Amino acid sequence: MQRKLIALAALLIALVAIGFYFFTQKEDVAQQESEPSSGPVEIVWWHAMDGALGDVVNQIATDFNNSQEEYHLAAINKGGYEDTMTAGIAASRAGTAPHIIQIFDAGAATIINAKGATYPVADLLQKYGVGFDINDYIPGVRYFYADSNDKMIGMPFNSSTPLLYFNKDALAKAGVDVPKTWQEFEEVAPKLKEAGFEGFAESHSPWIFFENFMSRHNLQMATANNGYDSTDVKLLYNNDALKDHWKHVKAWKDEGYFGYYGRAWGANQDAFLQQKVAMWIGSSGSFGGLKKSAQFEFGTSTLPYWEGVGDAPKSTFIGGGSLFAFAGHSDEEYKGVAKFFEFLTKPETQYYWHKETGYVPITTAAYELAKKDGYYEESPDAEVGIQQLSEEGGDWTKGYRLGFYVQIREVIYREVDKMMNGEATIDQAFAAIEEEGNALLKRFNDTYSN
Amino acid sequence: MKRVQFGHSPVPYFFIAPQILIIAIFFLWPAAQAVYQSFLLEDAFGLSSQFVGFRNFADVLASGAWLQSAIFTAVFSFLVAFFSIAISLFLAVRADEVIRGAKSYKTLLMWGYAVAPPVAGLLGNMLFNPLMGDLYKLFNSFGFEFNHIQNAGDAAFVVTLIAVWKQVSVNFIFFLSGLQGIPKAVTEAATLDCKSAERRFWTITFPLLAPTTFFLMVINLTYAFFETFGIIDVSTKGSPGGSTATLVYKVYVDGFLGADMGSSSAQSVLLMIMVSVLTVFQFRFIERKVHY
Repeated sequence: MQRKLIALAALLIALVAIGFYFFTQKEDVAQQESEPSSGPVEIVWWHAMDGALGDVVNQIATDFNNSQEEYHLAAINKGGYEDTMTAGIAASRAGTAPHIIQIFDAGAATIINAKGATYPVADLLQKYGVGFDINDYIPGVRYFYADSNDKMIGMPFNSSTPLLYFNKDALAKAGVDVPKTWQEFEEVAPKLKEAGFEGFAESHSPWIFFENFMSRHNLQMATANNGYDSTDVKLLYNNDALKDHWKHVKAWKDEGYFGYYGRAWGANQDAFLQQKVAMWIGSSGSFGGLKKSAQFEFGTSTLPYWEGVGDAPKSTFIGGGSLFAFAGHSDEEYKGVAKFFEFLTKPETQYYWHKETGYVPITTAAYELAKKDGYYEESPDAEVGIQQLSEEGGDWTKGYRLGFYVQIREVIYREVDKMMNGEATIDQAFAAIEEEGNALLKRFNDTYSN
Repeated sequence: MKRVQFGHSPVPYFFIAPQILIIAIFFLWPAAQAVYQSFLLEDAFGLSSQFVGFRNFADVLASGAWLQSAIFTAVFSFLVAFFSIAISLFLAVRADEVIRGAKSYKTLLMWGYAVAPPVAGLLGNMLFNPLMGDLYKLFNSFGFEFNHIQNAGDAAFVVTLIAVWKQVSVNFIFFLSGLQGIPKAVTEAATLDCKSAERRFWTITFPLLAPTTFFLMVINLTYAFFETFGIIDVSTKGSPGGSTATLVYKVYVDGFLGADMGSSSAQSVLLMIMVSVLTVFQFRFIERKVHY
């Protein structure tokens, strides 16, 4: 027994020693990378793109590093959107913030309202780069990450928008065309059901059927200019147009025209891939992934709207994320950040990103390049997203800026579940969203306004 | 009476120092931070903060979602602890009786221990997936309208099932060693006195296992409170309608995802108080009935 114990202890010590050895080794390597004797200035970028998207990001970083010698960009994946934001917050509090961080749409208010946390992109490019003109960007992305004075704070990066994907075989089988409006959908849904399909599923209720519903119909989403002008703001979701829409959605579900596979993005997408539903509303950024996994021919179309509600159709919001430069770095480093932002917004880089991922190009020059190159002739479905974002805008299509919006989305998810399983009526659910959402907004205002 | 004082040697302190240090760094310090944060409204980046007294607690207690979560956590923890102890006790008693192939049975029953909670959650999620889940199909073929994505009760059933399944093997190991610790002489004597195996179990074996059972009860309740987080995050994310969000999961959503430090700290402090009260209660009132 004692011998065994001694052997075990020896083994443990050996393991710890080996682990420690590799740990210190790694440390050395990291140090060599971050403090080269006379090499380029290190720029660190934390992002939330993994899988195939991560590969594209790494390619962009490599291309940037090869394009010049003064700066070295290290692109590091920090997990999902929330993980990346949390990591950035923790690092910033500890005084070790990276230079660039990717923040998703719902988290934008948190970082933009924390005064002094970031260096506004417009100022940064003005001071350290070759200048900045907001009109270079396509209308749909221009103001989403801007402050109330229309100054761009975050650089739009992976910009997507909700699109309708349809199974061509299913629609042909039912003998119908893809619906442009919800009125048209009500006509085709029974035929799709007869052909053995649920009409459609959607993968993100708050984003698609709340935020973008408001934008598509040019309805005001929150007071104080959709939250851009102040943090003292209230939600305007509890309105008849949106409630009517959800009454229809609930009726469609009960009829078998709408498939509700819960809140998970993937579960609803799978219903489309497995041909349970004939259509699916997802992100324009889903295009590349679907192309690889769908066993059938599919096409894309614009997000349906209600004819006669608000003044639809108007352009939709962008989703996805943007890049923020953290405050507190040296001039030398900011020059590198500016250099990278310029590289990133170059038409060639944007076109590459657009083509590989399905995210929309963020500058008009990049869009023109894609057109000139004949990309949309060979794959017209890839253009639908940017066309939708370039549709005529209205007063309420430029975006929203709401605090604790991550939690508000949680409330929405929760109430959508309840509407769908009949635990709450539409009116009850919307009253709950309004009440809890406003309580969260009040907390945010009390936290950030002083 | 005069108390005899022995000269203290500093050596014992030296030996416990590393342990104390670890507790201080990884428990006391963060816990103190949480208490401190729970009285503040602070932006995520810590650039501005104000003292707000008990406002965070008031906001938490006033929200229906927190209350719903607290009730679910209580029911869920009780069910998980009860069923995982009952099932594993049954299995351990049976496995202890097996003579032929005893080792294989025991190994197989312990296997689940190696599965990490998120993996268990993932497995459960796949088994109950409406598009491809085998258990989903099985349940519905019996005519249940089972759908854990839409029905709160079914979702609670799924997370409880996964959590129990995951914990049974841990309890099994403890019960098995507990059973093997019961002196043969006692059981043999009991066999002479009483024919009914069931009575012998309840009057001899079970009381002798009481220390193990008590220990497992404390451990399992803590497990259900804290460690089921991985299962819930992977399987239901608290849906549908927030019906399967435990308190810990809510702390995570508000603090980590939502960057509301004040609220999430207040929630953790409340949780800390609840667990302390529960543990004190267990030791004061239930442990009395345990004979070591």
